[in-house]
Amino acid sequence: MDFMVFQYPMITVQACLDGILLGILFALIAYGMALQWGVMNIINIAQGDLVILGGYIAYFMYLYGIHPAWGVIVAPVIMYFLGVLIYKLVINKVVDRDLFISILATFGISILFMQLMNFAFGADVVLANSDYGTTMLFNNNVVLPNSKLFSAFISILFAICLVIYMKKSKLGRAIRATAQNARAAKILGVDTEKVYAATFGINAALCGVAGALISITFTIHPYMGLPYTIRSFMIVIVAGLGNLPGVAMSGMGLGVFEEFADYILGTEFRIGSVFLLLVLILVYRRFKLSRKREYLK
Amino acid sequence: MNKNNLILYSGILIFGLAAPFLFPAFKVQLSILCVLIVLATTWNIQGGEMGYNSFGNILFYGLGMYLCASVQVGMFFPLAEWTESGGEKTFVHTPAQFFQGMAVGLVVAAIVPTIIAGLIGYSILGLRGHYFAICTLGLGVAAGEISGGIEIIGAGQGFTTPPFPDVGSLEARGEFFYFLSFFTLILTFIAVRSIYSTRFKLILNAIRDNEDKAEAMGIETMKYKIIGWMISAFFCGLAGGIMGGLVGYIDSTDVAFDGREMGVFMVLMAILGGKGTLWGPIIGATIFHIFKEGFWTFFLGWQYVALGVLIVVIVIYFPEGIMGWLREKYPERFGEVIDEKDRKAQVELK
Repeated sequence: MDFMVFQYPMITVQACLDGILLGILFALIAYGMALQWGVMNIINIAQGDLVILGGYIAYFMYLYGIHPAWGVIVAPVIMYFLGVLIYKLVINKVVDRDLFISILATFGISILFMQLMNFAFGADVVLANSDYGTTMLFNNNVVLPNSKLFSAFISILFAICLVIYMKKSKLGRAIRATAQNARAAKILGVDTEKVYAATFGINAALCGVAGALISITFTIHPYMGLPYTIRSFMIVIVAGLGNLPGVAMSGMGLGVFEEFADYILGTEFRIGSVFLLLVLILVYRRFKLSRKREYLK
Repeated sequence: MNKNNLILYSGILIFGLAAPFLFPAFKVQLSILCVLIVLATTWNIQGGEMGYNSFGNILFYGLGMYLCASVQVGMFFPLAEWTESGGEKTFVHTPAQFFQGMAVGLVVAAIVPTIIAGLIGYSILGLRGHYFAICTLGLGVAAGEISGGIEIIGAGQGFTTPPFPDVGSLEARGEFFYFLSFFTLILTFIAVRSIYSTRFKLILNAIRDNEDKAEAMGIETMKYKIIGWMISAFFCGLAGGIMGGLVGYIDSTDVAFDGREMGVFMVLMAILGGKGTLWGPIIGATIFHIFKEGFWTFFLGWQYVALGVLIVVIVIYFPEGIMGWLREKYPERFGEVIDEKDRKAQVELK
């Protein structure tokens, strides 16, 4: 236990800033999860592995001398097609089945991806260096890497673009209609199969963007996927499906929580505290709802 | 118990008792098979019969593993110095100390997870469906991450369990662990079989089929759910304690709280064999273990890829499992009465 964080206010400021910038990235991943959960009623355990894969795309561009920031454009394109491929191969067979089946099937995909990435890219912790430099604030007491600002900016940009796309475009309308009532949408001429494929592809593309940004600002490792899945799941159940401001807020909250857990408990308990927080949130909601004789649906 | 069953059971018992002498090279594999069957069968109590699909039974398994080993060491030597010395042991258990420690350790490894399941059961089992699944997944991973940060049980570098004492025979270690796991398996089978012939099993099935209705009919569902989970935890802890001694080395995320391997295996084995049947998990575990040991060596490093593909294929194409398939094919053998007219009418409809 280390309570330095309360004695030096600048560390608190640093943790909050880091947490908020990190949380924006979490919110982007969680938005993808909320999208597919709402539309297809699927919980994708492989979400985090898609993120890490997106990160490796940016890292590879960095290795070949291209600036990794271009990964923000390239990764989503590749990931979109990969997402559609995964949908065609596996997900379309589990869409209208029991949710547990989809959890287990995507868990299988997650293990598969984890190991394939381990073979392809090795088990080292890597990062793509963007050379953006740092900004010093408050008399050089707070260090703010410009890459984090860049990643937050890009995430917000993508989120806004996606919201506008969902509101205005034909496909976006079809996706929202399918989310509301898949049967009715089908009757009215929406090709739900195509909508599902596109939804999963968009989700994968969002993961790709987030992954590319994570590889620039933080580090990536083949086995780091599951915590991202759990974080996005947590954000979605706190915010609720289809509540975008809520997703953004709870994402930032989670980021700040993690930074403080890192300072206070130590880095080795960081991931553990995320998973424990998930359990605590679920239990809290369960007790809150059970007063009204309801349960989480 | 009718005559056929008696022959079957005594056949299996005789085979089980003779197996280590018939196949001395496979003693460790057979012990692991017994542990896997125990895990799959007890997962099935709340996963298959109760409908609460848990990824978190690995929590009790890992807890049992750590508890058994710590008790075995801690009864005779200071635990902190033991873990600090790592692989080079300064303390040696005498045979009497080893078996005494193992016996007490296994009791603790079974009891403590049961109590913990009872304590957290009320909070966790209030969640339903996929929330329960994800919550227990989080619980298992959190336990692994946290135990990896605790110094006294070895933190990240792992914990070596007491080596088997020198009792004069080289075969003794394998035989001891084989019979230990085999008798645990028999104990589990008898316990589960007698549970399945009581009203308790019907209540669990009622909870699976429709929990609200079961509650409306006056069943205290929460009580039975907790008891069901505690039974699972009891045997998971026991299996973990045995497995810890068998493997000889405990690592927080790779051996004890290994959600990626054992945690998924137990779910997969139960689904492969058929959820919600007595024999399903046993058949599933046997086939899975034979497949795993037979083909794992061919994949050479691609095991996890094969495992991922296997999970996807089983889940998508055999969600009912082998027993479910047999049941559909030969419903008469499962005691289902088929109206021939009705069946013909259905065939015509198709």
